[in-house]
Amino acid sequence: MSDAPPDPRNASASSVATETHPSPEAATGVGNAPGTVPELTAGSGTGDLRQASLWSDAWRQLRKNTLFLIASAMLLVLTVMSIAPQLFTSIDPRARGACQLGDSRQGPGTNGAWFGYDTFGCDYYSTVIYGARVSMIIGLVVVGGSMLIGVFLGALAGYFGGWFDTVIARITDVIYGLPTILGAILLLQLLASPRFFGERNLATVSIALILLGWLTFMRLFRSSVISIKETDYVSAARAMGASNSRIILKHIVPNGLAPVLVYGTIAVGGIIAAEATLSFLGIGLQQPAISWGLQINSAQNYIRSSPHLLFFPSVFLSVTVLSFILLGDALRDALDPKLR
Amino acid sequence: MARYIARRLLLAIPVLLGASFLIFAMVFALPGDPIRALGGDRPLPVSVQNELREQYNLDDPLPVQYAKYVGALAQGDFGQDFSGRPVSEIISERFPVTLKLATVAILFEIVFGLLAGILAGIRRKSFFDSLVLVSTTLIVSIPVFVLGFLGQYVFGLRLGLFPIAGLNDGLRSYLLPGFVLAALSLAYVARLTRTSLVENLRNDYVRTAKAKGLTPASVVGKHTLRNSLIPVVTYLGADFGLLLSGAIVTEGIFNIPGLGRAVFDAVRSQEGAVVVGIVTLFVFIYIFFNLLVDVLYAALDPRIRYE
Repeated sequence: MSDAPPDPRNASASSVATETHPSPEAATGVGNAPGTVPELTAGSGTGDLRQASLWSDAWRQLRKNTLFLIASAMLLVLTVMSIAPQLFTSIDPRARGACQLGDSRQGPGTNGAWFGYDTFGCDYYSTVIYGARVSMIIGLVVVGGSMLIGVFLGALAGYFGGWFDTVIARITDVIYGLPTILGAILLLQLLASPRFFGERNLATVSIALILLGWLTFMRLFRSSVISIKETDYVSAARAMGASNSRIILKHIVPNGLAPVLVYGTIAVGGIIAAEATLSFLGIGLQQPAISWGLQINSAQNYIRSSPHLLFFPSVFLSVTVLSFILLGDALRDALDPKLR
Repeated sequence: MARYIARRLLLAIPVLLGASFLIFAMVFALPGDPIRALGGDRPLPVSVQNELREQYNLDDPLPVQYAKYVGALAQGDFGQDFSGRPVSEIISERFPVTLKLATVAILFEIVFGLLAGILAGIRRKSFFDSLVLVSTTLIVSIPVFVLGFLGQYVFGLRLGLFPIAGLNDGLRSYLLPGFVLAALSLAYVARLTRTSLVENLRNDYVRTAKAKGLTPASVVGKHTLRNSLIPVVTYLGADFGLLLSGAIVTEGIFNIPGLGRAVFDAVRSQEGAVVVGIVTLFVFIYIFFNLLVDVLYAALDPRIRYE
C-alpha cells in the first residue's frame, strides 16, 4: 500500500512516468487494454530469459500482493453482480407484485428476508444487489470517457505546447476553481432540462461527471508527455523520420499511460461515490432507477426507526469504493520502479 | 516576492471572470421562467412580470447581462435575489456559519491528523502504524454523506453525545459535522505527515543529531518535524479553501444554514444572482488559498525562491 494519498488534485502518481521502461515490450504491450497484461508473462517463468518489461514485472509483483488479490476478488463479485444479479437473488425488485406495501420497512430477518424490506415493501437484499449495476456502469463509463478525452488533449497539449497548451491550461484552471460537487449539480440541472435531455438518467449523470473528470487525466498525461518527449528513444525515432502521429501513438502514449491507469483505477471509486452523492442529493438518478445513492436518500428519514435501510446500501457502496482504491494502490506500488 | 504575488493576482482575474461567466451561462441557459415561477399558482400580473424582468436585466442577451453583472460586481454590488434581498446580505449572514464549520474541521485535521501521522511515522511498521494505514484507507472509501449518517446514528442517536442536526447547541452542534467534513482530509493529513516524517528521518542531519546525543524527542520535535511539516502545512492551507466551499453535502445532512446550503437551494430555485455570487466567491477563495500556499512554501522552505 502506498503512502501517497490519492488526492485527485495532486499528480501523486506522476513519478511513475519518468521511470517508465522504454523497452519495446512495454511499448507493444501497453498499447492494448490493461487486460492483456497477463499474456506478457507467458515467457516469464522460463528462468533467466524472463521478459523485463514494466508490465510483466508489475504483474509478477501484483500476483504476490494479498490486497490486490482481495480487491480483485471483490471486484469480480461486483462485476458478476452487476451483469447478472439473478445469480445472487431470485427476486426481481421491479417485477410486478414483487413488493407488498404491508412489508414496508420490516427489519432484517422478517419472512426470511436477509436485509428486511424497504419503504415500498420490496425485498431489500435484492434491491441492494440490483444497485451494483448502476454504480459499476457509471464508474467505468465516466473514467473511460474522461481518460480518452484527457489522454487525447494531454498528448496534444504536452507534445505540441504553444497556444493550444495555454488555452487548455486556462480552461482547466477555470473548471478546477469550481468545487466538484457544485459543478456537477449545476451541469446536471442544465443537462436534465428540456433543452438537452429532459430527464435525469445514466447518460446525463455520466456526461456531467465526464465533463468535470477529464481535467486530472489531462494534467497527468500532459506532464508524462513532456518528460517522455525529451527522452533518447523519442529523439531516435524522430531522427529516423517518424511522423509526429507515429511518435505519439507508438512511443509516448504507451510509455506515459502508467500513472493515468493508476489514477483511473482509484478514480472509478471516486466517481461511484460521486454518483451516489448526486443521487442522494436528489439531483442524479431518479426513481425507478435502482441506485445505492437513491436508497440512502429514501432511508435518511427513517434513520431512527429503520437503520437497516441506511446500513446495507452504505456498506455495499463503501466496499465497492474501497475495492477500487485498494486495486489502484496495489497497481501504483507495482508500477513504480522506485519502490522495488 | 511582491512582484510574484502581483503577477499571480493578475493571472487570477481571467480565471475569476471565466468561472463566473461559465456559471452565468449555465444558469442563464436553464429553461423555465423564474419570474413566472415566482407567482406559483396565482401568476403575477404581466406588468409586474415585465417590471421584474427589466429590473433583473432578464430580457437582455447573455453577454449584455453578464457585462452589466460584472460592472455592478466591480462596484461591490452582488445583485439581489428575486425577493429583493441583496446577495451580499445573504453571503454575510451565511459565511460566518461556514467559516466556523471549516475552522472546527481544520482543527480536527491538525490535532488528530498530525498526531496520528507523527506517531505512525516514528513507530514505523508498528501496530499503531498499521492501524493508521488501515483506518485512513477505510475513511477515504466511505462517501461523506454515508459518514454523516453513520455519525448521526452512532454519536447522535445511540450515544446521545451530540445533537444530530441544527445549530441550537452552540459549539457542540458544530463538532459532529465538523468531524465529518474533516474526515477525508484528516486521513490525507495523517498519511502525508507519516510519509514525510519517514522520509526525513532517513536524512544525514537526523543521524548527526542522534550521534551527538540528543534525546529522541528533540531529534524528532526540533529537527525532523520542522522539515517534515512543510508539505503538511501547505496541504492544510489549500484544504481550508476547499472546506470553505465544499460543505454542500455536510451542511445538507446536518441542516446547517451555511453557504453550501444557500447555493444548493439557490440552484434548485434558479436564483441566478445568488448562485453566481456565491460561486464567484468560492472561486475567489480557491484562488486566494492556492496563492497563499505557494507563498507559504517559499516562506517555510528556503530552497524555494520565486524571482
